[in-house]
Amino acid sequence: MRTPIAYFLILSGLLFAIGTVGVLVRRNALVIFMSIELQLNAVNLSLIAFSRQLGGVDGQVLAFFSIVVAAAEVVVGLAIIVAIFRKRASANVDDVSLLKW
Amino acid sequence: MDLLVFWIVAPISVGAGILMLLQRNAVHSALFLILSQFTLAVMFALLGAHFLAAAQVIVYAGAIMVLFLFVIMFLGVDRREALIEPLRGQRGLAIGLGALLVAVVFVAIRLGVGLATAPGPAPRGDNVEAVGRTLFTKYFFPFEVTSILLIVAAIAAMVLARRRARGVPDTEVFEEPEPEREVVP
Repeated sequence: MRTPIAYFLILSGLLFAIGTVGVLVRRNALVIFMSIELQLNAVNLSLIAFSRQLGGVDGQVLAFFSIVVAAAEVVVGLAIIVAIFRKRASANVDDVSLLKW
Repeated sequence: MDLLVFWIVAPISVGAGILMLLQRNAVHSALFLILSQFTLAVMFALLGAHFLAAAQVIVYAGAIMVLFLFVIMFLGVDRREALIEPLRGQRGLAIGLGALLVAVVFVAIRLGVGLATAPGPAPRGDNVEAVGRTLFTKYFFPFEVTSILLIVAAIAAMVLARRRARGVPDTEVFEEPEPEREVVP
């Protein structure tokens, strides 16, 4: 029996919401970053689910690009976190509020 | 069979996501995220995207999470995440808004797709071959652009994480230049 496509979309929505809550609730920059990764993964799942529904592979190619961009984003983001840690000796986002109005 | 695998793996996926948020130790968070990504690879395979299932395991669970663990080890595991909220009620509000997001997504899926729509038949032939063919014909230009993106990201990471030469203060760039002294006649 085939799984209805909506189940995958609901799972994707749940994971995306978990990632959103993680970004909003956690204060550790690394854990915030992991939550963003979870969000990206959730979106990939919905892309692939829709690609299956439409019967092509274009959605899968888009998900592939999204994985590549996520890899680049992680590299730059972690480098920024390391640079901030060198300066402030902290990975807590509340300590980095210089631009706060 | 499909449905059975889905119902076994989906709760693991959501549970791993929630447990990731609840861990105080960043290493445990990373491990739960790896579990969640493995379950997502299973989902990709269920949807017939075999190439992406492999890429998910290799790139995400392999490369990216190892990078995460490297950085966590490098920074030292920071257990003293503050429990005080800089904005009062932020945590409760965030969880409430997350629940609202789930509800909205659920309603949107119900209205848009319907809960019982079966997926179309899987495309014939080899998934890896199909993805490769599409990637190197229709999406060839974006594919080449991503290679530039990766080079730029690698160089940016090296520049950002570089340790300054010894003797040169790290804050050099941000210091204001000293005002020139007036020459007293």
